[in-house]
Amino acid sequence: MQDFILTAEILDKARNAIEGALIQAGVRNALLIDGAGNILSNCGHDTDDLDAISLAALAAASLGATSQIAKLIGEEDFSLLFHKGKNGNIHFGRIGEELILITIFGEDVSLGLVRCRVADLSATLLQIFEG
Amino acid sequence: MALIDLSKKEIHCKIVYYGPGRCGKTTNLLTVHSSMAEKARGKMLTIETKGDRTLFFDLLPLNLGKIRGFNIRIQLYTVPGQVMYASTRKLVLKGADGLVFVADPLQVRRERNVESLEDLRTSLLEYGLKLEEMPLVIQYNKRDLVDTPIPTLTVAELEADLNSVYKVKTFEASAVTGMGVFETLREISKQTVRYVTNKHLLHETK
Ligand SMILES: Nc1nc2c(ncn2[C@@H]2O[C@H](COP(=O)(O)OP(=O)(O)O)[C@@H](O)[C@H]2O)c(=O)[nH]1
Ligand SMILES: [Mg+2]
Repeated sequence: MQDFILTAEILDKARNAIEGALIQAGVRNALLIDGAGNILSNCGHDTDDLDAISLAALAAASLGATSQIAKLIGEEDFSLLFHKGKNGNIHFGRIGEELILITIFGEDVSLGLVRCRVADLSATLLQIFEG
Repeated sequence: MALIDLSKKEIHCKIVYYGPGRCGKTTNLLTVHSSMAEKARGKMLTIETKGDRTLFFDLLPLNLGKIRGFNIRIQLYTVPGQVMYASTRKLVLKGADGLVFVADPLQVRRERNVESLEDLRTSLLEYGLKLEEMPLVIQYNKRDLVDTPIPTLTVAELEADLNSVYKVKTFEASAVTGMGVFETLREISKQTVRYVTNKHLLHETK
């Protein structure tokens, strides 16, 4: 695993891309993290209310565990990782080998839209972080 | 793996407390948590099973102030020590920048310490990391038990079992009383930050 070195330019580009694709589409929060649980970008509404550090650590570990579960039943990985709640939903999308994009959204946004936008963002974000 | 944010001048590192089940990893974090000033620490997260055993990991985020002009943010993790949680242990090790090996001095745990250290070495290799090249300190915990009738290992015995190859800094500690806990943390933080900054040739800027 490589270390990430972030500059203001990289962070601005990532924020603009995530806000344009997800936050403007009505998504509440989008958190870009790496496999070690570090937060690269935290976008959206009321970001101070979100315990982003715990969420990132748990999401990184949980996705790692999910990949292992996939392997145990002979799958490469699961393509859809999504939890549905009463008022909020959370979607986890892999961005390349190292990054994970966590998206939190309400009933007003469809899972289909989120999946679609995350897939589109994937290439953009990889370009930004891995050049 | 470290994260270096040049725009905010922050370095984020991950330090993992490793060791056999019940050696005192969680207690180390609890002691750090209860004695750090509130503004220097984040929320401690623990994921436990029904008993008091760590199922997945504990996490304690700390803000250690400035070193070489960078704000140092450290995330302390513990692994579940029980033998059956090998795969979760490996997940937590992912991206570790520094390691504390916590040894249990109970006579009956002698083999467990050695196995756990070997398990750490092989898990890191699977991530392409060599233990001997990483920041590492060893903590001989539960030294408060030495004066009790409970049979414990001497420091010389622990040293022979665990530190004859790596020859790293060691600390005698008691995670319950707090003795040696901060000394361990300070040393591993220093080594880890130095390792990360040297790797990326970061020098102090005004
Ligand atoms: N006497 C003594 N007991 C300790 C010490 N550190 C931990 N313990 C006890 O050992 C048990 C296991 O500790 P814990 O931190 O949960 O171990 P972990 O499995 O490594 O996370 C608990 O009952 C602790 O109170 C110590 O320094 N001295
Ligand atoms: Mg524990």
